[in-house]
Amino acid sequence: MAKFQITRRKFLTASSLGLSGIALSGCDAFDSSLGIGGGLRSFLENANGLTYRAQRLLAGRDALAPEFTEADIRQPQRPNGVTAPDDDTYKGLLANNFADWRLEVTGLVEKPLSLSREQLQNMPSRTQITRHDCVEGWSCIAKWTGTPLSLVLDQAVVKPEARYVMFHCLDTIEQSLSGDIKYYGTIDLIDARHPQTILAYGLNGKPLPVENGAPLRVRVERQLGYKMPKYLYKIELVDGFANVGGGRGGYWEDNGYDWYGGI
Amino acid sequence: MDTVANNQSAAKPDGKDTTLIYRQSRWTRLTHWIWALSLFFMLLSGLQIFNARPQLYIGKQSGFEFHNTILQIGAENTANGPRGFTEILGHRFDTTGVLGWSGPLGQETQRAFPSWLTIPSYYDLGTARVVHFFFAWVLSATLLIWLVAGLINGHIRRDLAPRMSDLRKLPRDIVDHAKLKFHHTREYNTLQKMAYGGVLFVLLPLMIVTGLAMSPSMDSVLPWLNEILGGRQTARTIHFTIMLLLVGFFIIHILMILAAGPINELRSIITGWYRTDLPAKHDEPAERNV
Repeated sequence: MAKFQITRRKFLTASSLGLSGIALSGCDAFDSSLGIGGGLRSFLENANGLTYRAQRLLAGRDALAPEFTEADIRQPQRPNGVTAPDDDTYKGLLANNFADWRLEVTGLVEKPLSLSREQLQNMPSRTQITRHDCVEGWSCIAKWTGTPLSLVLDQAVVKPEARYVMFHCLDTIEQSLSGDIKYYGTIDLIDARHPQTILAYGLNGKPLPVENGAPLRVRVERQLGYKMPKYLYKIELVDGFANVGGGRGGYWEDNGYDWYGGI
Repeated sequence: MDTVANNQSAAKPDGKDTTLIYRQSRWTRLTHWIWALSLFFMLLSGLQIFNARPQLYIGKQSGFEFHNTILQIGAENTANGPRGFTEILGHRFDTTGVLGWSGPLGQETQRAFPSWLTIPSYYDLGTARVVHFFFAWVLSATLLIWLVAGLINGHIRRDLAPRMSDLRKLPRDIVDHAKLKFHHTREYNTLQKMAYGGVLFVLLPLMIVTGLAMSPSMDSVLPWLNEILGGRQTARTIHFTIMLLLVGFFIIHILMILAAGPINELRSIITGWYRTDLPAKHDEPAERNV
């Protein structure tokens, strides 16, 4: 037999020592090098760009997210993040049932718009039963009704230099020393013009409730929930987002989530 | 001819007829260590991602108003203070200190997997996702490279493909393993073939497939994937279960290496050279050197 064969007793001792060694090692060794802006973190984040390009290549512009049936709607849409904005502006608009609310479409457009809820609801609409996937790992199926974002963009006539759609929201998601931070986010024009990307004002056949983003939220069905801002009041066409917030394209992105939320 | 063979045997200091053979090609060795590194980071970042929603469900969606939860790790207040629990298919276990409620004495917090099992050690879903997806690319690319190399150099056909004789040897092989009696040969034994083949051709591909099934964008490319798997939440549950199987494989793998002779086993996966029980035929090293 081989020279290195060991007895059963030695084997058990060595293996239990080995296992406890793994248990004691701990994983805080990697904490310091993984912060946003760190060299190792930035290197690892290159994989996100690869994922984005690979999925855009495979999915193209118009591949549709799966749609489900009425029978799959088994519960109310689970709300997440801010569910009752405490902002005075928002509470004032809510008190008046959003009669004074307007959706501004600004930035790199030929014809800036200011749309009331009625104007949006009078445009052609799309209704879709889709699965909302949260970055945390849960999913929830619901029926969403809204105006395709592409119709709004066409009406405003997007300038050729525009690259992203930035969503500005009424809700304060974080209070910091430098002031309140309102939720915001960006998507590229491919997702903005995707057939299932809608500005939703209806949920499960009823007006969109406050906890799910009333009066208007965006649905980007090929990405995760954090890419679908609620409580919208302004859509801005931009050619970049480096100078906004933390420069990473959205509130959660500024806090470490990937800009591309397709995975 | 005989002179050469005799010279080789005589070169062995112990004078026995055991001899070193070149067992693992550079492709096998390189991909093995890249997998080891990738799986280490994917496991610990994956447990962090799980901590964001420490529940597993069956079906298309998560039941908030109906019941389809099959596993939950959490914490609850009891008469004896906060306790961690793990609930599997309705059976609840007290797992305080490890699962659900853990941390340094007096600073325990509610978290599914303890901080020594997650990257980063504190709660940070965004960073865990960055780490997880980086190594997902590394792991998948390595698997592809290994597959191509293994098909070209014959490693898969010669060393992993099961044969009828493997089936015949299986009962004896199980008894030998149970007795920790190991044969050191050029070939893998039946249980080794099953374990390595199972990991490389079943578990890792299923891990990649269930991972992709959770991606909403991939869902638009391969909508049938979740239908086959039973829905996105079932895919997530399978992903987690395969993790447990891979951890089980790792533990047995390490125990077997320790039992079979760790220095010899490690040498073969680092340098490629392995000391066998029986004398190798003298044309063997050249033939195997691919």
